[in-house]
Amino acid sequence: MEHYNMNLTLKVWRQKNNQAAGTLESYQVKDISSEMSFLEMFDVLNEQLIVAGDDPIAFDHDCREGICGQCSMHINGRAHGPWTKNTTCQLHMRAFNDGDTIVVEPWRSKAFPVIKDLIVDRSAFDRVIQAGGFISVNTGNAIDANSLPIDKKDADNSFMAASCIGCGACVAACVNSSAMLFVSAKVSQLALLPQGAPERESRVLNMVAQMDKESFGNCSNTYACEAECPKGISVANIARMNREYLSAGLSSEA
Amino acid sequence: MGLTGLFLIIFLIVHCGINSMIFFNDYGETFNHWGHLMGSNLIIRTVEIGLFVFLLLHIVQGLILWKQNSSARPVKYIVNKPQANSKWYSRSMGLLGTLILIFLVLHLYHFWTPSRFGGIADIRPLEPTTLADYNNQEVHNLYKEMQLVFQNNLLVVVVYILGVTSLCWHLLHGFQSAFQTFGLNHKKYTPLIKAVGVGYSIIICLLFALMPVAIYLNWIY
Repeated sequence: MEHYNMNLTLKVWRQKNNQAAGTLESYQVKDISSEMSFLEMFDVLNEQLIVAGDDPIAFDHDCREGICGQCSMHINGRAHGPWTKNTTCQLHMRAFNDGDTIVVEPWRSKAFPVIKDLIVDRSAFDRVIQAGGFISVNTGNAIDANSLPIDKKDADNSFMAASCIGCGACVAACVNSSAMLFVSAKVSQLALLPQGAPERESRVLNMVAQMDKESFGNCSNTYACEAECPKGISVANIARMNREYLSAGLSSEA
Repeated sequence: MGLTGLFLIIFLIVHCGINSMIFFNDYGETFNHWGHLMGSNLIIRTVEIGLFVFLLLHIVQGLILWKQNSSARPVKYIVNKPQANSKWYSRSMGLLGTLILIFLVLHLYHFWTPSRFGGIADIRPLEPTTLADYNNQEVHNLYKEMQLVFQNNLLVVVVYILGVTSLCWHLLHGFQSAFQTFGLNHKKYTPLIKAVGVGYSIIICLLFALMPVAIYLNWIY
C-alpha cells in the first residue's frame, strides 16, 4: 500500500470532568502518515496541545496491539471507527484521506459515565464479572491432558467467547446500550466447560441481575454488537445466555 | 416480547388463510362460511380473548422496553452511523409497532366492531345444502363488508397497504428475533428460521395487501 501524508480536521469531545458540560472542539493536524495508528495520530495532536500550553486530550489506551480493550473511541459514528473486527489502536490512518474531518466521541451509555474527554468509566462491566463471572474454587495445577475430556466444539466455542476483551463496543454500538453480548460471552466461556458447571445456574442469574442494576438497556436483537465487536463475538452467545437464564430461572428455588 | 409475538404470528397465519378464500371468486361464499365457523365456535371465541390479552401484553412489554432503552443513553452521539451495523427496521420496531397499532384501530372499526356489535348485512348462503354447518341460517356477509369498505375508497386502500407494509417490516425482524430470544441460535437451524421468516413476512403481507387492491380494482367478485 502506498504511503501518503494527510492534513486532517479533528472534532473531539472535550469534557473537563463528570459533572461539566462537554462540547466538540476542532483541531487541525498536519502531515499525518498513512502508516500511523489512530492513537499515534492522537499522540501527535496531544504533543501539539502540550507545546501550546493547552490541556491534552484524555483517552484510554494500554497495549496498543488490539487485545486490552482500552481504546474506546466512537469515530465518525462508529465504535472503533470504520473498520470491522478492529480496535482504535489497530485502526490505521490509511482508512482516511487528506482533508477529511473526523469526529471523535466517547462511548455513550448511562452505564458508562464520562470521566474526562474520551475516557468513560467501564467499572459496570467489572461489577457484572464480580457478580458471578468466575469459578469459586481453585482449579489447581494444569492436569494431565485428556484426563478431563471436553468436546472440541465446546472448547472452541468457550475459547471464542473468552476472546472478549471487555472494551464496551457492543454497548456503544447498540441502539439500546445493551450489554448482552459482553455478559453472554462471560457467561458462555464458563458454562461450556466442566469447571464452570457447578455454579452454572447461580452465575447466569446473578450476572444478569447485576447487568440490569447497572442500567444498561435491553437486547432487541439488532445484532449491531456482533457487527462492531473487535473480536467478532457471536450473538449465538446471547442465545446461549437466554437458554441458561430460562432454565436456571425455572429451576431456581428463590 | 418473543412469546406474545409468536402467538400473534400464528394468529396472522389463520387470519390470512381464511381471508385469502375471497380469491376463490365465489362471491365470498367460502370466505363467509369460514368466517361464520370461526365466529360461532366457542373455542375460537375464547382464543379471541387470549388474542386481545396477548396483543395488549405485546404493547405493554414494548412500551416498558422503549422507556428503559431510551433512558439507557441519556446523551446521544452527535455523529452516528447505525446503518453500518444493523438493519433500520430492527432498530425501528417501536415506530413500526405504533404504525401497526394506528392501522389496527381503523381495521377493528371497519370489520371487528360491526361483526361483533351488529352493522353487517346478513345473507342466506347461496347453497345452504352443501354447507351443512350453517344450513338455513343467516350469516354475516363479511365479504360484502369488505366490498363496502374498499370499493370506491382509494384512501382506505392506501392506508391498508401502508399498514400492511409496516407489518411486513415488523415481521421481518420479529420472526427471527423471537427464536433468538428463546435461545434458539444454531448453525443448522438459524439460517432456515431466517429464510422462513422472510418468506412468511413477504407472503402474508403480499396476500393481505392484495385483498383491498383486488376488491378496489374489481379483480375478484
